[in-house]
Amino acid sequence: MDAILIAESAVNGILLGGVLALLALGLNLIFGVVDIVWIAYVDLVMLGMYAVYWLVARFGWSVWLAGLAAVALMAALGVLVHLAIIAPILSSPPVNQLLATGGLLFFVQSFATFLFTTDHRSLRLALPTLQVAGMYVSFARLLAFGVSLLAMVGLYLFLTRTYMGTAMRAVSQDREAVALMGADTRRIYLVTSGIGGAMGGLAAVLLILQYSVHPHFGASFGPLTFMICVLGGLGSMPGAFVASFLMSEVISIGGIITSTEMAYVVAFVIFIAAIVVRPQGLLGRRA
Amino acid sequence: MLELRGVTAGYGEFTALWGVSLRVNAGEAVAVVGPNGAGKTTLMRVISGLVAPRAGELLLDGRPLNGLAAHHIVARGIAHVPEGRRIFPRLSVADNLRMGSYLPAARRTARETLERVFSLFPALAERRLQLAGTLSGGEQQMLAIGRALMSRPKLILLDEPSMGLAPVMVLRLFDLIRRVREEGYTILIVEQNVRQVLALVDRAYLLETGRVRMEGRANELLEQDFVRKAYIGI
Amino acid sequence: MRRAVAAAGLAALALLPWLPLGGAHLYYLHVLILIFTWAFVNTAWSLMGRFGLVSLGHGAFIGIGAYSAVLLWNFWRISPLIGGVVGVAGAAIVAVVIGYPCFRYRVVGHYFALVTLAVGEVVRLLIIAERDWTGGSLGVTLKDAAKDAGGFSLAALQFADKRVFYYIALAVWLGGLAVWRRVDRSMARSAMEAIGEDETAAACVGIPVTRFKLRITVLSAALCAVGGILYGQYVTYLNPETLAGIGVSLQVVFAAVLGGMYSLLGPTVGTAITIALAEYLRVAFGVKLLGMAETIYGLALILIIIFLPEGLYGTLRVLAIRRRATATAPGR
Repeated sequence: MDAILIAESAVNGILLGGVLALLALGLNLIFGVVDIVWIAYVDLVMLGMYAVYWLVARFGWSVWLAGLAAVALMAALGVLVHLAIIAPILSSPPVNQLLATGGLLFFVQSFATFLFTTDHRSLRLALPTLQVAGMYVSFARLLAFGVSLLAMVGLYLFLTRTYMGTAMRAVSQDREAVALMGADTRRIYLVTSGIGGAMGGLAAVLLILQYSVHPHFGASFGPLTFMICVLGGLGSMPGAFVASFLMSEVISIGGIITSTEMAYVVAFVIFIAAIVVRPQGLLGRRA
Repeated sequence: MLELRGVTAGYGEFTALWGVSLRVNAGEAVAVVGPNGAGKTTLMRVISGLVAPRAGELLLDGRPLNGLAAHHIVARGIAHVPEGRRIFPRLSVADNLRMGSYLPAARRTARETLERVFSLFPALAERRLQLAGTLSGGEQQMLAIGRALMSRPKLILLDEPSMGLAPVMVLRLFDLIRRVREEGYTILIVEQNVRQVLALVDRAYLLETGRVRMEGRANELLEQDFVRKAYIGI
Repeated sequence: MRRAVAAAGLAALALLPWLPLGGAHLYYLHVLILIFTWAFVNTAWSLMGRFGLVSLGHGAFIGIGAYSAVLLWNFWRISPLIGGVVGVAGAAIVAVVIGYPCFRYRVVGHYFALVTLAVGEVVRLLIIAERDWTGGSLGVTLKDAAKDAGGFSLAALQFADKRVFYYIALAVWLGGLAVWRRVDRSMARSAMEAIGEDETAAACVGIPVTRFKLRITVLSAALCAVGGILYGQYVTYLNPETLAGIGVSLQVVFAAVLGGMYSLLGPTVGTAITIALAEYLRVAFGVKLLGMAETIYGLALILIIIFLPEGLYGTLRVLAIRRRATATAPGR
C-alpha cells in the first residue's frame, strides 16, 4: 500500500472531520442544553443544502451570499422547530421525544422527496485540486475545514466569554438554579436552537460544495453524526470534537484499505464496542 | 419589605403549606425554623417562584409577586440560595459568580460587585479559576451566597446553609452571614440549627406541618420551649 | 360481549380467502398478508417500546432473520425452517451482545436508542458491503424450489397459492398477539413497569433489572426475526433498504406508536392504517405523489406524539374504558 496514498487519505480524513465536527457540535449543543436529541438534525441540514443549491443554480446568487442566507434560514428553522415541536414535549417521557423528532425526520425526508424528487443535485463548481507534498487535496475540502475550525473557535469563545454562552453551559448542569439567576430558560433554549440551526446551516454550505444533495442525504450522514456525539459523550463538546476526527480517520483510511461501506461498518462496530466498554462515551460523565 | 398572607401551596395532591403568613421588614434578619418536613423549603421555593402558590398573597414592597416566574422574581430583587447550594459544578468559581450577575441591571456593575464579594470571601478570590465542583462544602456554600449577592438583591433567602457542613465551618458560616447582614442586606433564613440561628437574627417563626405555630423576637424565644418544639415538634 | 365480537372477527378473517371478492381478490389477500406480517413485527417491537426501551434499530433483527433464511437456502439448499432457526438465534445473540452491556451499565433512554440505531445501520451496511454474496443494495432473490414440487413446498416454505401464506401470516400474527398478552399478564409486566418508573428503586426491591430487560429484548428480537423470515419467503426478494437500517426501523416504531404501543391491538391498527394509506396513494396517484404518504405519516406522528401520546387506537380505548367506568360508578 502506497504510503502517499495512506497519508493522503489521512489528510482527507482530517478535512472531513472538520465538517463532521460542525454537525456533531450543533447536535450536541442542543442536546446538552435542551436535553433532547434532534433525530432529524442532519435532514434539516439537507434542507439547508437544497436552499444553497436553489439560490445558486436557479437564482444565480454567489455561493457566499447563498451560504449566508442558508445560515440565517437554518437558524430561523431551528427556532421554529423548537417552538413548534420541542417545547410542547419538553416534559414528555424520552420515548415520545425521540418519536417526535423521528416523525420530523420522516416528514422532512418525504416532503423533500415530494418537492424535489429523488434526483441528486450538485453545484458542479469546478474547484481546484491542490498538490501538496505529492498528495492531492481538494480545495473545497480545505476550505470547508478552515471554515469549520473558525466556527468552532467562535463557538468556544461564545460559550466561555459571553453571559448567554455561560448560561447555556449552566443550564446543562442545573436547570432550576439557572432560573434562580434571573435567566429565562425558555429564551436560552430558543437561542440554543437558533445557534444549533445556524451551525447546521454552515455545515450545509460546506457540504454542498463537496457532495450532491438528495432527499435521503440524512441517511448517509445522520447515523454517523449520532454515533460521533454518543461516542464523544452526549453533551460533551470536546468529546464530540475528538470523536469526529477519530471516526473520520477510520472511514477515510479504512476506505482506502477496504471498501467505503466496510470502513463504515468498522467505524460503527468501534462505536458499539466503545459504548459497551464505556457507556458514557469518551469524555462524557457517568449519569 | 416581604409579606406573605395566608399562603397555601404544595406539590400535586400534597399540600405543604397551609395559610402561612409572615413578614420581613427592610434591614431585618428573620429565621424560619421547624422540624423536618415542616414545609420550610417549600416556603422558600414559593417566595422565589419555583413553586406557584394555590392561595394567598405574596408582596414585595407592596407589589404582588403571585404567579411571577422565578427569573422575574429575581429581577424584582429576591435572591434565593437553594438547599444544597446548587452551584454549577463544571463552571469555574468566576463563571458561577458571573451567572449570579446575569440580570441586565446587575451586569453593568458586575465588576464592582465582584470585588465586594471577593473582599467578603477571600477564599473565593484565591480559587476563582477552580471548578466549583472541586470546592469543599464550606467553600461551595460561600460561593452560593456570593453568587446570590452578585444580583444585587434587596432580600436574600438562605435555605439551610449549614446543612452538611462540619461544626467548625458552621461557626465560620454564621460569622460570614452576620457580615453580609452588616452590609445592609435583608435576610430570610431557614435553618435546622436553632440555637445558632437565633443568635444571628432579629425575629423568628416556628413552622410545623405547614403552619406557623409561634413567632417572636429572637432574644425572647431563646427558651427551652421554643427550641424543643423546633427540634422535636412536641 | 367482547369475546363474541372477537370470535366473529376471527371467523371473518379465517373465511376471507373463500369469500367472493371479485377480480381484486388476490390483491386484497396480498395487502392483508403484508399487514399481518408487519403487524406481527410491530407488536413485537412494542413489547420493548411500552416499557421505555425504545429501539431505533429493529431493522437489524428483521434483516438478520430474512437474510439468514434466504441465503442459507440460496447457497446450500437449507430449508428455511432450519435457516429460520439460525436467523432467530442470530437475532437473539445480537440482542444479548448489545443488550447486556447496555442494561448492565444503565445505558438507557436517548443513549440506548442511538446505540440501537447504530446496530441497525451496521447490519444494513454489512449487507451492502458484502455484496458478493448478499447482493448488496441490489438485493437478493429467493431461489425457486424445484419446479416439480408443484408450487407447494413445505420444506422450502414456498407456496404459489397466496392463500397458504395468508393463513400462515394470520396464524403468526395471532401468535404474536398471544405472546403479547402473556407478557402483559405476567410478572414481567409489573417488573418492567417498576423498572420504567424508577430503576434504582426496582433494583433495591430485588428485581433483577438486567435480566428482565434482556428477556424482553431477546423475545422482541426473536419475534422480529421470524417476521423477517416470513416476509422474505413471501415476497421472495430482499433488499437491505427495506429490511434493515434506520428507514424500516423508524417505520416499525411509527406504526406501533400511531396505533398505540401500550395496547394489544394498537400496533396492528397502526400497521393497517399505514399500509392501507400507502397502497391507496400508490394506486390512486401512482408515482406522481411519491413521498406524500410518508410526509403525511411524519406530520401525523408529530401531532400524535404531542396531542395523543397513547396513539389513535390507544386513545379510543382509554376513552371507552373511561366511559364504561363512569357508567357503572357507584352512587348513580
